Amino acid sequence: MKRMISAAIGIAFVAGALSTTSVHAATTLESVKAKGHLQCGVTSGLPGFSQPDEKGSWTGIDVDTCRAVAAAVFGDAKAVEFTPLTAKERFTALQSGEIDVLSRNTTWTLTRDVSLGLNFAGVNYYDGQGFLVNNDIGVDDAEQLDGATVCIQSGTTSELNLADYFRAKGMEFKPIVFDTSEQTVQGFAAGRCDVLTSDRSQLAALRSKLADPSSAKILPNTISKEPLGPVVRQGDDQWFNIVKWVLFAQINAEELGITMDNAGEMLKSDNPNVQRLLGTDGDMGAKLGLPDDFGLAIVKQVGNYGEMYDRNVGPDTALGLERGINALWTNGGILYAPPVR
Amino acid sequence: MTESTIKPPKKNLGPVKWMRTHLFSSWYNTLLTLVVGYLLVTSVGPLVSWVFLDATFQGSGPGDCVGEGACWLFVNQRLNFFIYGFYPDELQWRVDIMFALLALAFVPQFIEGFPGRKWLGIFGMTGLPIIGYVLIPGGILGLEEVESSKWGGLMLTLILAYIGILASLPIGILLAIGRRSDMPIIRGLCVVFIEVWRAVPLITVLFMASVMLPLFLPEGISFEKLVRALIGITLWQSAYMAEVIRGGLQAIPRGQYEAAGALGLGYWRKMGLVILPQALKLVIPGIVNTFISLFKDTTLVLIIGLFDILGAVQSTIADPAWQNVAIEGYVFVAFCFWVFCFGISRYSQNLERKLDTGHKT
Repeated sequence: MKRMISAAIGIAFVAGALSTTSVHAATTLESVKAKGHLQCGVTSGLPGFSQPDEKGSWTGIDVDTCRAVAAAVFGDAKAVEFTPLTAKERFTALQSGEIDVLSRNTTWTLTRDVSLGLNFAGVNYYDGQGFLVNNDIGVDDAEQLDGATVCIQSGTTSELNLADYFRAKGMEFKPIVFDTSEQTVQGFAAGRCDVLTSDRSQLAALRSKLADPSSAKILPNTISKEPLGPVVRQGDDQWFNIVKWVLFAQINAEELGITMDNAGEMLKSDNPNVQRLLGTDGDMGAKLGLPDDFGLAIVKQVGNYGEMYDRNVGPDTALGLERGINALWTNGGILYAPPVR
Repeated sequence: MTESTIKPPKKNLGPVKWMRTHLFSSWYNTLLTLVVGYLLVTSVGPLVSWVFLDATFQGSGPGDCVGEGACWLFVNQRLNFFIYGFYPDELQWRVDIMFALLALAFVPQFIEGFPGRKWLGIFGMTGLPIIGYVLIPGGILGLEEVESSKWGGLMLTLILAYIGILASLPIGILLAIGRRSDMPIIRGLCVVFIEVWRAVPLITVLFMASVMLPLFLPEGISFEKLVRALIGITLWQSAYMAEVIRGGLQAIPRGQYEAAGALGLGYWRKMGLVILPQALKLVIPGIVNTFISLFKDTTLVLIIGLFDILGAVQSTIADPAWQNVAIEGYVFVAFCFWVFCFGISRYSQNLERKLDTGHKT
């Protein structure tokens, strides 16, 4: 028994020594500053949103959102550590304080916002569910899909949306469920179904995995709203405001024409909106508990929203997504950030 | 084969003789040989050309994979990530040292008469984990700290398996002895422990460790996810190990206990000097079986978002820049697992032969 006790103590000791017991300061901002880096929860691999590249560094729009927060807090976009999380454990990781920001392709819904003790700090990508169909079946619109067999990934909200959509339209469908997106696209390629459904942001990537990508097309219909954005713990308004305004700063920067390249010159701008955003005038940063030039750090190191979009998911990337509703309100999209003043 | 085995006469060893006895001894064996031969010829050819002849090994990017064969270029370019995960490039020498030490400790075990191989083996069980504990996470002795969230790939798989194996064996032994103890409380505790952990699937244990445990801990105290997973794996595995070892303990005749007692040995010396050495030797195949299954079970950490080698490969095959590299990725993972599991299995056979005292029938 003695040995068992000492073995148990041994394990507990090793475990205790291995783990970093981060002592929570009063606020998230203080604890992040004390740690010296931001801990950010991301997916364990979703093209364009958060994925490790050849060198094992994280890339993607969700990743850049975290880097922008780090740039705002520390003036250094590299002061981020990423925690890959599965869909099931993401909210726990945030609630338990393991991560400071959850930026993991998470859809903003009423239930999540209200009952999980979390706050959605904005939307960094407006997604929606769409369809990929084989050209052979001659369908141009989702309304013509009555009686179709649909390949779908199990356990996703896509499955529920699909059922809702077909029921609302009074149409029949036959689901063929797969475990991973890789298998889903293989099933589609093998002709097991006429239609593949997934978030629109992923359809183009899945299509590129086909042997002949031109044999399939993406239908124009969007059957669900999937606003994706960063999430923070409820009850720390300062941190909530910081993450929210980092995103707004990126959108405002695009609207004002401030880019990574010209951010330095823009410091001399006479436009008061630019001056407030870059911190040459006013004390906008101080109000958030950040350095006044937090906007400059974000734009210089991560870029404005448009640059972040183009780099990760834009037309020139493998995902090849047009801006669509993710364009600024001035360009026909719905991105509209409140003014920095 | 031991050297004392008597070889058959030379004239019975010719290839024709061999084929006639082994391949074409009767009409149905002839038929089977032909069918199997046909299948081999038709499958091995395409396989070889897919794996080697038509495959792409070198190149600069996805565009170079144009042939019909495998695109090993993908594995080649991501190899660093598959082996080290997110471990910083400039610090990877620390992991390399551990790989080298691991090889130094265990490869000689396969070589008869390698000088000091027993000590190397003991070093592998004692010194190696201590060095690894200092070297891999860093943060002491002037080494830069590398958080466990950056560990990944093959390195993480080996860490999980090695610590799981190393810790579950002694805990398993204690549990097995405890379960056969005369003291009711100890016996009860051990039975409850073993039956609870053995009755729960590993996936549930990992899930509890990753999702539930953080909610129970007081605010501000957080174990790293890797440590939580490791504790879960170790406890789960030791329950299995205990039952394997209990099988060995039960196979030792009562007379051995009594004889040891008659020599005046106390309980622990009786166990340590007489019973356990015999019992453990008996159950080597069972223990190794458990080790191998643990090694493969470590891939389940995928579901809690840890990048073991399978997780690392799975996260990269989704990359839209590469088309249909899933097969190459999985073949690579399968090959890595096969190498290690086969190594463990060979080592155990080696050990069985070495420890054989002629009691086997």
